[in-house]
Amino acid sequence: MEEDQALKPISPFVSLSEEIIFTILDCLNEDPQTKKSFSLVCKSFHSIESQHRKSLKPLYIELISRILNRYPQIHHVDLTYCPRAEDEVLVSISSAYRYTLRSINLSRSRFFTHVGLSSLAGKCWRLVELDLSNATELTDAQAAAIAEAKNLEKLWMARCKLVSDMGVGCIAVGCKKLRLICLKWCVRITDLGVGLIARKCKDIQSLDLSYLLITEKCLAPILQLQQLKELILVECPGIDDEGLRTLKEGCKSLEVLNISKCHNISNVGLFSLINGAERLSHLSLAYGAAVTADFAKCLYKLSGLKSIKLDGCLVTFSTMKAIGDWCVSLKELSLCKCSGVTDEGISYIAQRLILLQKLDITCCHKVTYASIDSITKSCTTLTTLRMEACSMVSEEAIVLIGQRCESLEEMDITGNNINDAGLESILRCSELFSLKLGVCLNITDCRLSRVGVYCQKLRELDLYRCMAITDVGITAIANGCPVLEMINMAYCDKVTDGSLISLSQCLQLKALEIRGCPCVSSVGLSAIATNCKQLTILDIKKCCNIDDTGMVSLAQCSQYLKQINLSYCPVTDVGLLALASISRLQNMTILHVTGLTSNGILAALLAFRGLMKVKLHTSFKSLIPRSVFTVMEHRGCAFHWRNKAFQVETDPKGWLLHLPRHEG
Amino acid sequence: MEPEPNVPLNNQSLANSNRHQHKWKDPLFLDCGIRFEQQFSDFNQSSEAQTSFSCNSTKPNQRIGAQENQMNEGQESSKIQDWDPRTMLNNLSFLEKKIHQLQDLVRVIDRRRDQDTGRPDELMFQQQLITADLTSTIVQLISTAGSLLPSVKHNLSSVSSVEQFGGTTNSSGEVFGDVVIQQNNPISKTENQSNQTPIDLTGYTGVEQNSITEDLELKIDDDADEGEILPPGSYEILQLEKEEILALHTHFCTICGKGFKRDANLRMHMRGHGDEYKTPAALAKPDKETSSEPILIKRYSCPYVGCKRNKDHKKFQPLKSILCVKNHYKRTHCDKTYSCIRCNTKKFSVIADLKTHEKHCGREKWLCSCGTTFSRKDKLFGHIALFQGHTPAIPVDEFKGSALPSDQGQKCEAANNVDLINFESNAMDAKGSGDDPTSYFTPITFGPSIVGGFNEFPRPPSEDAESSLSFLLSGRFDYSPKSGRFAGLNDTSV
Repeated sequence: MEEDQALKPISPFVSLSEEIIFTILDCLNEDPQTKKSFSLVCKSFHSIESQHRKSLKPLYIELISRILNRYPQIHHVDLTYCPRAEDEVLVSISSAYRYTLRSINLSRSRFFTHVGLSSLAGKCWRLVELDLSNATELTDAQAAAIAEAKNLEKLWMARCKLVSDMGVGCIAVGCKKLRLICLKWCVRITDLGVGLIARKCKDIQSLDLSYLLITEKCLAPILQLQQLKELILVECPGIDDEGLRTLKEGCKSLEVLNISKCHNISNVGLFSLINGAERLSHLSLAYGAAVTADFAKCLYKLSGLKSIKLDGCLVTFSTMKAIGDWCVSLKELSLCKCSGVTDEGISYIAQRLILLQKLDITCCHKVTYASIDSITKSCTTLTTLRMEACSMVSEEAIVLIGQRCESLEEMDITGNNINDAGLESILRCSELFSLKLGVCLNITDCRLSRVGVYCQKLRELDLYRCMAITDVGITAIANGCPVLEMINMAYCDKVTDGSLISLSQCLQLKALEIRGCPCVSSVGLSAIATNCKQLTILDIKKCCNIDDTGMVSLAQCSQYLKQINLSYCPVTDVGLLALASISRLQNMTILHVTGLTSNGILAALLAFRGLMKVKLHTSFKSLIPRSVFTVMEHRGCAFHWRNKAFQVETDPKGWLLHLPRHEG
Repeated sequence: MEPEPNVPLNNQSLANSNRHQHKWKDPLFLDCGIRFEQQFSDFNQSSEAQTSFSCNSTKPNQRIGAQENQMNEGQESSKIQDWDPRTMLNNLSFLEKKIHQLQDLVRVIDRRRDQDTGRPDELMFQQQLITADLTSTIVQLISTAGSLLPSVKHNLSSVSSVEQFGGTTNSSGEVFGDVVIQQNNPISKTENQSNQTPIDLTGYTGVEQNSITEDLELKIDDDADEGEILPPGSYEILQLEKEEILALHTHFCTICGKGFKRDANLRMHMRGHGDEYKTPAALAKPDKETSSEPILIKRYSCPYVGCKRNKDHKKFQPLKSILCVKNHYKRTHCDKTYSCIRCNTKKFSVIADLKTHEKHCGREKWLCSCGTTFSRKDKLFGHIALFQGHTPAIPVDEFKGSALPSDQGQKCEAANNVDLINFESNAMDAKGSGDDPTSYFTPITFGPSIVGGFNEFPRPPSEDAESSLSFLLSGRFDYSPKSGRFAGLNDTSV
């Protein structure tokens, strides 16, 4: 016996207790691949990993019974890859994780009924989070089944369009511990249901009632909630000034209020809504009617405000002045598409709001050099600056940004005038993780390569239609930014396979958009597919040199691919069928793929298991048998038919004619 | 003064006497005129009547008991459609006894007249007394004869109404109780009460009408002693007896005995009995006698002891009208005999309530887990907000309708059935009405548009589809060799 032991190599892990190994595994939580490799080392590791795993995201619902047997300690189940989650699945999950399950995500799943929900809610008494968003077929009866989950704290029911007051009333009575409930787009829920939630669930902290036809009648009990922190009322046309006037007092605990697109709430209504809300820190009035000439009267109550969003509002100088006077602690200001924003206003607020960190002046066409000058002068701690399509801002102004705001992390200067000097100055922002340079036609490889040198934390880079860019620039980026996750090189027609091969060094790459790059071929794509295992979103529309070879390599390596656009590619039935092995693929657009036959599409459709959305040309509608659609719909796949004519891009700059220019 | 019962109906004198009887039996019939009232007020001076009153007022409780007993009898008898020879025999023997009594009285008077002739007043008084007694005997005879008429339904009660007259002269407490029983129209009674002077209360007309008033007044005094709820003098509390409340008809034809719910209907009916009922005076609605004295507000007490509406209750809350009394008594203290044939669940004791319910039955689709149904959603939600633990109940039909597109239709149905049982306790009402599938649907849920929506995702004939496409399905793994090999490894992701 002793000899036997001596012969065996003694693993150092034998001496470690399970707790210590668990702690080690905890450190690997961010890297699922490593943990999978770990589990494949030996039987004991396999069982340890099984014991350690807390969350589950099954790919194949067919294998659910095996998964359930293997992992006994699951707290979180995410069924977003399983469009078809029937009652049986939910019943078996609820039986297996009766004592452990804390959250389950069914937002992408369908075909379950009240039986499955009832089983989940009834058996799993620790269940606190339930995501039922997009359950458009969820009826009141099923909603009533949820009510059995007495300990539920968070419930998302966005787009549950069939649920009425009766269903939500059951939930209100049953789930008394609810802290968050999202009823966005549940269009059949009225004042009665919402009012009952407010009366029965006293612990509510976050309430999303967007797009509901509610009135002030249900707001009265809501504003009485002692714990309420977040109230989202996007596009509630039923709430108006008249009604709000009847409210006695606002909610004292309220911190976040969003009344975007509420066209019937003016500053009068807003005033009564925020009356007494001393802790209010985030206010969104986007695309609403609340910002009028008298808006300033409200603002003196909002001195504690940290964030205000006035997108698409009639902002005038007086509004800006009031913001500058009253909201001195403001950290985030969004004036997106506010045509009334002038240099004068921006300068005024910039001088006072010195704590400002995020500023959005997208499409403020009157903004010029003067604004940027004053912003960069006083708001030196700015981290986010979005100024897409501020076409009046001169090249010199961009230079100022780089010189003065070195802590900038996010920058969007899409459609601006930027020259190499401007980009050179931006390089000083070493914290930059998102840079959007779309339609900046003057940017050259030379400066872009310097971005790769200096901005090593860059995660998002948008070079949409930066047509001067070639492989040199991209290679520099790929070499310098190892954590790059998203790159958009659409219509950069000089980019070739070389770019993709170098980009394949960025192992974190998740989204790649090379739409309209004719020089890219399957070779480049194969390189990406082989190395960038995390690739999730791929757009290769109009890449006329990517063929079946690319598809096959994608199929072999990119197991995380979720969304693909193959339109206008020379892909044939073989390539499409190869893609079917990508089990996570959910969203596919295949328009004008001439190599495809109806039989090929048919076979591919049936082979794809997790497909949820397919965009196809209308001409295929008649060629594919009705029964196939039935089967696909039955699996949870939706078809979108498009009838666009085949586009041939003759003039590479033809799109410029459609772009609005605001030249002084 | 014709004692024969077989007098033809068109005989004038009989008609008169009928009117007398009518008047006594149903005092509402003021068309009988003040004329008669005056006539009878002569009898007020009847010492016997007075004594009978005092006698009764001293023992109200006994009398109530007696009333109830008699009432039961009365009820029983009124249920009998054909005439009962035994009752007839009783009546006749009673009449016989009365005639003997009268004989004795006349004899006594006769003897006294021999001894002492110096008091003509007294003689006249005695004469009147005998006349009255004779009249009542005649009336009783006639009505006994009337009970033999084929169409008479309530003959027996009318007989006993005559009987009570004898009773009054005999100063029998029990018969007094009967008087109350015959007071089938409480409204008329109260009207009369309000119109009568205190002297009238002791009068002969008052015997049948106001015996109860007397009784009640006594009790009012009691209440006044208790005193804190009713301000003295502002109320007059009346209490009808159970039988009065439950009586089907309150107005009876004195000729044929047919019963009516409304006096107007009786008046219309009376026209068929002769021209004298067609006069404007006879057809006129009995007016309230305008009195110079302020009319006391009347409030009513429920005869059910222990009821809050009973005047002996500590927190007595009076009922406002006779109708209130009737409805209250039926709703609270009677069985719910009228059931809705549509939903088979709701029961009512007042037929009007059933009719009201029938208007909404089937439309009351908002139901609570406690079984209460509401015709309006906001009422349901108000109810739920008010009570802990109550939840909106989703109709069972919706569970059936909620079957999503599924290839396992049968399994799904079975599961639904399981759930039906679980849900039963929550939605008894819904289950009860399961035979009417439309009744509990919310109006929008299964509207045509939604149904259309469902059709977009029809239950697929997947078996057929899969078999027809099996050639494709079998080939799919050829293109995806990895799915098999890596299934074990890649079946999960984070």
